[in-house]
Amino acid sequence: MTGDLQLLTTAQVATFVARGFLPLPGIVPDDLNRAATEELHQVLSTWGSPDRPFAPSTGARLDEIYPDPSAIGAVLRHPAVAGALHSLLGSDPVFDHDFVHHKPAGDAFGQYLHQDAMVDPTLAFDVQLFYFPHEVLPGGGGTGFVPGTHLRRVHETDVGRYVHMAGERQWEGPAGSVVLFHQGLWHRGMPNPSDHERLMYKIRLNPTAPQRRHWDTGDLDDMQNGAEDHVFAKFRSDSVAAVLRHRERWLGEADYRLELANRAALWRYVTGDHEFDVDYYLTRTQAREALT
Amino acid sequence: MNSETQRQQVLFLYLEHSNLDGRVVAWTFHDGAGDRSDLEGSPPYASGTAALRDGWRLIQASPVPQRMPGAERVTGRLEHEFVLERLVPAP
Repeated sequence: MTGDLQLLTTAQVATFVARGFLPLPGIVPDDLNRAATEELHQVLSTWGSPDRPFAPSTGARLDEIYPDPSAIGAVLRHPAVAGALHSLLGSDPVFDHDFVHHKPAGDAFGQYLHQDAMVDPTLAFDVQLFYFPHEVLPGGGGTGFVPGTHLRRVHETDVGRYVHMAGERQWEGPAGSVVLFHQGLWHRGMPNPSDHERLMYKIRLNPTAPQRRHWDTGDLDDMQNGAEDHVFAKFRSDSVAAVLRHRERWLGEADYRLELANRAALWRYVTGDHEFDVDYYLTRTQAREALT
Repeated sequence: MNSETQRQQVLFLYLEHSNLDGRVVAWTFHDGAGDRSDLEGSPPYASGTAALRDGWRLIQASPVPQRMPGAERVTGRLEHEFVLERLVPAP
């Protein structure tokens, strides 16, 4: 039952599949942000001790962690937050781990670019929720991330050699913003040269069932395209494929095409439509395989 | 190289394809002279060739990718890495 959950649209889920992240700016109200900030500081100051409030266990169901009156729990149960998580993870996701990232004003430390946490070949994916309880200004220590890197099979800081990538983003946005990451998205904690501390809460959640059509699919039939939707033949500009064709600035032509095939495979997983394709790459190969 | 008087600067360029004329899509800079720890902002050069024309020397290029059977569509690291160096006066 999805009840009052504010589910994602097909275009939002397709954007997540294409780019590996989905921003939900300012969706948590200010009173809850203030309460969550206080609780996050309590968690930070008691980390690893028996005094940590509401400490969850790995493998616990999402709907059982951070019970009332936890403010963190209230954020996770906010209809827009819970709806987005349900849309991507389905019913009954479980807690993997969480952490409070605190960047004091003037903190010069920055992480190397990395992927959490081990090279991962599965189509099924975890979601990492990043919650910013206060406004993050440009250059204010917001998390750095590289859109479109989520389907690349790398391991942790193996990609730490890359310092600048065209199109890299650093989170900035209003208080109460939530950003959802595919677990494979390359990211890093950034220095905070500003005069304001930066607090961020990250929680990783695992699916426990196939992540298939859990969003508001009322617009799916209109957007879903057939395998004939092909940018080198006839194609639509309002289809799922049109969303999945988004090209990041760091992508060359060769790996862009590979990513299109990988995105199409992921869209097949989340829809169960194994005829779906983007620009015919999977379909033509399958047709030839059937001949041999 | 005279280690008494010179230091090495290293520039990693990642290009959009395997040709040195290709567009720079990522980059990393290390300065053995310690003057600058980074090159901020937009790519320092539009292409690998543009770096050569500015005095950088190419010391390594990644091989042209060979897709492995059974994993033809697997993507991972940036594939078109070019390592360049420049010698500058020691501080």
